[in-house]
Amino acid sequence: MIRLLIVREVRRGLRGSAWLPVAFFLLVATIVPFAVGPDTQLLSQVGGGALWVAALTAALLPIERLVDPDRADGVLDQLAIAGVSEELVGGAKILGHWLAFGPLLLLAAVPASVLVGLDWAALVRCLAALAVGTPALASLSVAVAALTAGLTRTGALAGLLLMPLAVPLLIFGAAATRDGESSALKLEAAVALLTVAGGPFVTGAAVRAARS
Amino acid sequence: MTRLLHLKGVALVRGGRLLIDQLDLTVREGEAVHVTGINGSGKSSLLRLIAGLLQPVEGSIEQSPAALADDLSALDRELPLCRALDFWTARDSGEALARFGLVHLAHIPVRLLSTGQLKRATLARVAASGAPLWLLDEPFNALDRDGTARLEQAIADHRERGGAVIAASHLAPAGTWRELGL
Repeated sequence: MIRLLIVREVRRGLRGSAWLPVAFFLLVATIVPFAVGPDTQLLSQVGGGALWVAALTAALLPIERLVDPDRADGVLDQLAIAGVSEELVGGAKILGHWLAFGPLLLLAAVPASVLVGLDWAALVRCLAALAVGTPALASLSVAVAALTAGLTRTGALAGLLLMPLAVPLLIFGAAATRDGESSALKLEAAVALLTVAGGPFVTGAAVRAARS
Repeated sequence: MTRLLHLKGVALVRGGRLLIDQLDLTVREGEAVHVTGINGSGKSSLLRLIAGLLQPVEGSIEQSPAALADDLSALDRELPLCRALDFWTARDSGEALARFGLVHLAHIPVRLLSTGQLKRATLARVAASGAPLWLLDEPFNALDRDGTARLEQAIADHRERGGAVIAASHLAPAGTWRELGL
């Protein structure tokens, strides 16, 4: 069942609008040089941070379709009746969402890094930091989607919930992109681990709470 | 006969209101219970309680695996009907499709089905689940005469095989049913 659920999430992600967050991410990377100006030095200094803000906001886009359609169609109820725990559903959703979101974002990060003037070494650092950070973003997205499922016009509320929770990830992720010498990547990994581990439980509790 | 469901002194509170109080109910193999009551009397909540989706504030519930058909189909809208059904069934869903007269729709995406066809598909999901206890919430809604006859046949066959059915409906179903008024 868990394998079926993950496959289902990936299918729905890719069939739905997997390109939307990626296109948004690339778009933000494109407008950063216009806003900051053509100074390569300055651009490469702020570029890493800008990419992280872009990744964070891109993660907000698919939130409305992650959990709420399944609640409205009764899929979450039927899974519970079939004996699949809500935490397992949450875990499958996080993994499935990451598979449809993470690799594409990493691919898009290559041209995006060039656009914001990162050099080769910084590009590699950026990819490593995003590879560590995107599972945590996926976990946060699914958890926030579960918390806001059933409410109307969840977009803004989801942003208000997700952004503060993503701040530690943003700080360490952007630092790891800027500076390869520091231990920012390890700290980012620690935060990401905590977020990924907590996600299924928050999702499960939120799904159960929405039912009663 | 084996007991498929046993409620003892069950109380359920919804939205701060005591909806069900001190309910005892035992359902054995082959039995069928028709739950009646006015709108808002807790028929759907009782079925959701038995399905394990709601928790009683008092009392105990022992039950065999159940399958619930309410007005939510739980079928993926973008998939063809047969594949959407297969997600919920370990075995082939072909028999359930035939039973509810849906074979010609097997490769049509779920989102294109009409209300009545979707109701048939929801019932087919329950029939294909293999669960001994069927919980049907207003199962005759949106069904035409052929659909009603097929559902009644499916219920009769299910009871024949040792299954049990609990249905909440305003219509009196055909056959011998035990009444449970809420």
